[in-house]
Amino acid sequence: MNIQTTKVSTTMVVTVAGRLDAVTAPDYERRFTALIAEGEKRFIVDFEKLDYISSAGLRALLATAKRVKGISGEIALANIGGTVKEVFDISGFGSIFSMYESVDSALIAVNK
Amino acid sequence: MREILHTITCAARVEKLGEIAEFIEKCAERFGLDVKRAFGLQVAVEEAFVNICSYAYPEGGGDATMTAKAEEDCLVLEISDKGFPFNVLLLQDPDTSKDITEREIGGLGGYFIRRLTDNVSYRRENGENILKMVLHRTGTS
Repeated sequence: MNIQTTKVSTTMVVTVAGRLDAVTAPDYERRFTALIAEGEKRFIVDFEKLDYISSAGLRALLATAKRVKGISGEIALANIGGTVKEVFDISGFGSIFSMYESVDSALIAVNK
Repeated sequence: MREILHTITCAARVEKLGEIAEFIEKCAERFGLDVKRAFGLQVAVEEAFVNICSYAYPEGGGDATMTAKAEEDCLVLEISDKGFPFNVLLLQDPDTSKDITEREIGGLGGYFIRRLTDNVSYRRENGENILKMVLHRTGTS
């Protein structure tokens, strides 16, 4: 897994590539914990380059989203497609996250 | 037709997931499993393996073995370990309708295994936990 961050105005766009599984999920959480500690509050997670996600990955996503809510922040997911989307759908996570078809549309929504 | 495609034994440690993912990819490819189903199998196997690491060997130190067979039009994968008796299929399903603040973290593993395979069963045999997953080569939908 590879994580890159880009600040767009007041929003942190976090691009996650590769596999979000039981091995890499702790890294994902650590990265967000650090970003929150640095004072970031608005996040868009771009999953366009995410190849794989398991329940450990979803747990990390949920834990992170709860932490963001805890600081009255915003988090939205973008570009969830293909086989990754299926995992979201069967878990019911598809309905508990704000999901957008592109980073641009997520940016508009998060900054409303 | 009953043909053993591949078998692997490795330490039941989460860091071994990469090796297992490669193994599953190889089996799925050799069997000609539909791409979407192969992805589902990857997830199901990760869930089973991670549970073996945590519950069958809570103190570590054991192995897990995976054997993939082709039986007619099905890929049959058995995952076995010699750890404490543990049936991942008995874990309670999460409430998938709850909202983000109410969802508990966890409980998805067994649910994913059931949802992403066509048939799954657990048995305890000769001191081993054996989880058997069956996937048809192509989906009905």
